[in-house]
Amino acid sequence: MSQIRRDLPLWAISRINPPRMTEVTDQETDHRGGSVYRVAGALTITRAATTQREIDALHDPLTIDLSDIDRMDTVGAWIVYRTVRDRGAKVIGASRDEVSLLRQVGDFDKPTRVTPDEPHNFFAVLRELGEWVSEAGVTLVGLLGFLGATLIGFANVIRRPRKFRVNAVVQRFDVVGVRALGIIGLMSFLIGVVIAQQGAVQLAQFGAEVYTINLIGRITVRELGVLMTAIMVAGRSGSAFAAQIGTMKITEEIDAMRTIGVSPVEALVIPRMMASVLMMPLLAFWAMLTALLGGGIFVWLDLQIPPLTYIQRLQEVIPLTDLWIALIKAPVFGFIIALAGCFQGMLVQGNSEEVGTRTTNAVVQSIFLVIVLDAVFAVFFSSIGWV
Amino acid sequence: MSEPRDRHPIITVRGLRNAFGEQVVHDDLDLTVCRGEILGVVGGSGTGKSVLLRSIIGLQTPEAGDVEVLGENMVGRSEDEAKNIRRRWGILFQNGALFSTLTVAENVEVPIREYFPHITPPLLDEIASYKIAMALLPADAGPKYPSELSGGMVKRAGIARALALDPELLFLDEPTSGLDPIAAAGFDELIRSLQKRLGLTVFLITHDLDTLHSICDRVAVLADKKVIGIGTIPELLALDHPWIQEYFNGPRGRSAAQSYEEGAIA
Repeated sequence: MSQIRRDLPLWAISRINPPRMTEVTDQETDHRGGSVYRVAGALTITRAATTQREIDALHDPLTIDLSDIDRMDTVGAWIVYRTVRDRGAKVIGASRDEVSLLRQVGDFDKPTRVTPDEPHNFFAVLRELGEWVSEAGVTLVGLLGFLGATLIGFANVIRRPRKFRVNAVVQRFDVVGVRALGIIGLMSFLIGVVIAQQGAVQLAQFGAEVYTINLIGRITVRELGVLMTAIMVAGRSGSAFAAQIGTMKITEEIDAMRTIGVSPVEALVIPRMMASVLMMPLLAFWAMLTALLGGGIFVWLDLQIPPLTYIQRLQEVIPLTDLWIALIKAPVFGFIIALAGCFQGMLVQGNSEEVGTRTTNAVVQSIFLVIVLDAVFAVFFSSIGWV
Repeated sequence: MSEPRDRHPIITVRGLRNAFGEQVVHDDLDLTVCRGEILGVVGGSGTGKSVLLRSIIGLQTPEAGDVEVLGENMVGRSEDEAKNIRRRWGILFQNGALFSTLTVAENVEVPIREYFPHITPPLLDEIASYKIAMALLPADAGPKYPSELSGGMVKRAGIARALALDPELLFLDEPTSGLDPIAAAGFDELIRSLQKRLGLTVFLITHDLDTLHSICDRVAVLADKKVIGIGTIPELLALDHPWIQEYFNGPRGRSAAQSYEEGAIA
């Protein structure tokens, strides 16, 4: 215990051991030209800041008179101790208890580091950049590996269909699909209304309000229905995948599964992926319908186009290929969302903060990839003549 | 039942009732903790030890009853009033509950910064560093993050944070669970020495029979929704309650008692 640094003038404390003994009087100190710090009452953490300031203001040689204090805690003792240590101050009038407290805090004066090492400026930036690049590379390789593991998982399930977890998959269908109907329907309905309203205002300038129906029909079926659904599913389910799997990693549930012989990919990833891939087209179709409904109601009320005419016009202006394009894109987007969500979840390590970071990453990555792929699809389908 | 007459009660619980829906955890529970003692609280799983702790520190509002800590009533207080009492106690949660985004030293500094924002950073760092040393953490633990610590170090860091404000009262929820016997014994010793040095009152929930024998002044036994006994271990054994008998006289209880007696003789 007694690892007091030898160079410290702790004798200044211990020599005046008997209780309430004042060796140095005010006159004596005045004579020597030093200053006396006298505290009354409690020397505790409550007045630590004040005490430290007052002590800092006094000049050396300093004497601290503790004879009037009735309570001292470790913070108070520490302030006295560090003054003795750093400035060679003398302590008088300490009671036996106070001396022992001073010695005790002295025992714990070990060179303890408080802040982590942080490299400075230029090198820090370089290092961060390097870390970022290498992390991006590692993530990309990891994603490929995860894709491979998932495909192997699918192959295993196909080879041994009895390992297929019907209940888990059905449950995911419910969570990803059925429970999303309300919010996706409402969102698409409103988007339909907004497109109709904005389109009508602009087209009215050319006296071409009737083309509002073309606008609503083609944009919702070909692009917005599936894209907005993908964004909603990424925010709603992709994030949940990452958070659930991430939490299971922290609580060692994934490790427990592995040791029991259950493959986490088969038990956790595949049901989520299937749900996402199969539910996306259905949800996208539902989103198209509600968007068309919203647009239809708007044109009925605002442009006085009756519903029957609206439906007839839609049939004429929407080519069937638009629907195929949407229904081809939807499962791909679903796959991307599930892949990013499960992959980020599996990457979680250590603490709960990581779950939050990884969940954010999952959503950002999946939405970004969805939009990039959407652009690729747009170019591709146009170039094969599906315009 | 024994209750040191010359000492002031620091925690008084009267007629406490806690229930979650249909399930009643405590019913008419009384408990007194005296200043300067280490009180161990034991009980089977599900007897509401942690709920009792949460009621005392104000995290759980009881359905009925009074809880008085450090002379102040804890039930139905406003957050501002409760702050003055919170300053005077320290709590070690079962899993440490360190803030994962902060280093160990920053964790220790959190309560100090919160209550005493005028303390200058150099002094703050020194305070944190001696608290860390006091909890017997190695010197390089200060800048580490909780995820880099072992289980025993997390508990020590939790103690360091609990001690940050020099509390009069220390609550420990299963401090030795999940530690190896050597670390657990070291932890017992740490609690004992801190209690002696700083004159703490310690409220300690534990399953560890060695802890009970080696450091607790009194032990309170929770069963049947109440404190069925409180006192030293010999006093409890005189009560002849089946659970107490089984607990202290079971194979583990006997070996812990034996090793404690041997230690006392040696």
